[in-house]
Amino acid sequence: MNVPDNLLYTKSHEWIRREGDNVRVGITDHAQAELTDVVFVELPKVGTNVEAKAPVAVVESVKAASDIYAPVKGTVVEANNALTNNPALINTDPFGEGWIFALKIDNPDDLKNLLSAAAYKEQIEG
Amino acid sequence: MSELAEKKTPLYQEHVRLGARMVPFGGWLMPVQYSSIVDEHHTVRNAIGMFDISHMGQFIVSGNDARDWLNRILTNNVANLDVGQGQYTFLLNDNGGVIDDLILYRIGQSEFLLVVNASKIEEDFAWLEKHRQDGTMLKNRSADFGGVAIQGPRVVDLFHDLLGQSVELPARNHIIDFVILEMPVSIARTGYTGEDGVEVFFRASDAAKFWTFVLERGARFGAKPCGLGARDTLRLEMCYPLNGSDLSAERNPIEAGLGFFVDLEKPNFPGREKLLQTKANGARQRLIAFKMNGKGPPPRPHYSLLNNGARVGEISSGTLSPSLNIGIGMGYVLTASARIGTRLEVEIRGQKFPATIEKKPLYKKQS
Repeated sequence: MNVPDNLLYTKSHEWIRREGDNVRVGITDHAQAELTDVVFVELPKVGTNVEAKAPVAVVESVKAASDIYAPVKGTVVEANNALTNNPALINTDPFGEGWIFALKIDNPDDLKNLLSAAAYKEQIEG
Repeated sequence: MSELAEKKTPLYQEHVRLGARMVPFGGWLMPVQYSSIVDEHHTVRNAIGMFDISHMGQFIVSGNDARDWLNRILTNNVANLDVGQGQYTFLLNDNGGVIDDLILYRIGQSEFLLVVNASKIEEDFAWLEKHRQDGTMLKNRSADFGGVAIQGPRVVDLFHDLLGQSVELPARNHIIDFVILEMPVSIARTGYTGEDGVEVFFRASDAAKFWTFVLERGARFGAKPCGLGARDTLRLEMCYPLNGSDLSAERNPIEAGLGFFVDLEKPNFPGREKLLQTKANGARQRLIAFKMNGKGPPPRPHYSLLNNGARVGEISSGTLSPSLNIGIGMGYVLTASARIGTRLEVEIRGQKFPATIEKKPLYKKQS
């Protein structure tokens, strides 16, 4: 399973890429493999304020709907509209074209609560 | 994990070997998918899919009065069955509610095979045993048999390859005994996918050998193992009901739109009085099939169905149809809102998405 070293992770299988004051968020390769066949993504509205661990998006496979959580407190600044027409990007390119939303983070210190690649790898392989 | 509590079919090791994801279903640990639900769905529509159905139950009813007794306990008319023929039928409670939907095969002059849902084996057997009459034998043979559903447009090609080009498969809804690789098997021309296909039953001890052999020989026809996920999307496109979702002890076959499999002319069977009442007074709710009008989240069980903003029922089965690439489902709605063409809304996470009631089945094979 692909777990890029340069990203941060959550226990609930989101990945987080730091981009200055913002973070970009998606679901991991492991998560997309577990869900398989993503058929619909409900995106958050730009401008929404979210608390850490609050549900912000929904990823639906044929079998089930799964909440996607905000990794840290912040404001939604971007949503990946490409997923509306092509939700399968989450399956084919989970760490790239399959990103889901971007947040402007309230406090960069919050990122310390997230998992490293090594810790996340241990969680899914352990 | 509750895996310890779940029963395993004789094909469990094969599923694990093939990389299946195993999930609890009706008291059994079953493969939900091997590759992906969508891929397996298309495999059945275009080539051949193989499903483990060993979890399903088999009862044998025999004796001189077997036919008359079954005719007094099941809804369809057993008198219409020739030897080697099967029919879809219901076991109802005294209120007309569905205990189980099953297939009844007449396998001898006075011998019948009942194929019942896995989660209902004990309940069906107890009900039948309670109503059994002296002189009629009832045996639960579920543990003795394994079963595989082999479904898809290339199934006839595969069986000609297995049995010889001149061998005829049984006609639709018929069952015939064959020997494959020295294994006695019963092949029934039926299924739960809307494709041509068969359900094959064999000794549980032969399960792995049969499965492996047919999967290998079937590879050249595009055969792949398929899980319960694809089985569900395939059956829902055809509007075949799933007991526990679209059928229950609180719903009768008239409400479910399945009156075709109930012979109300028969003098008596459990639930008959109630069905006559439903027929005379009209059902309060009916099981309808619908398609979403556009792209949106897939409809799912228990979402509310609205008509002009008023709640008229809820979804019993819903998914994204891999063949139609749109949300589809079935649900019970008030009869006044159940007409084909009626515009409904599905409430999903507080938002309303338009849908239209369609004629069943929702998917029709292009000829």
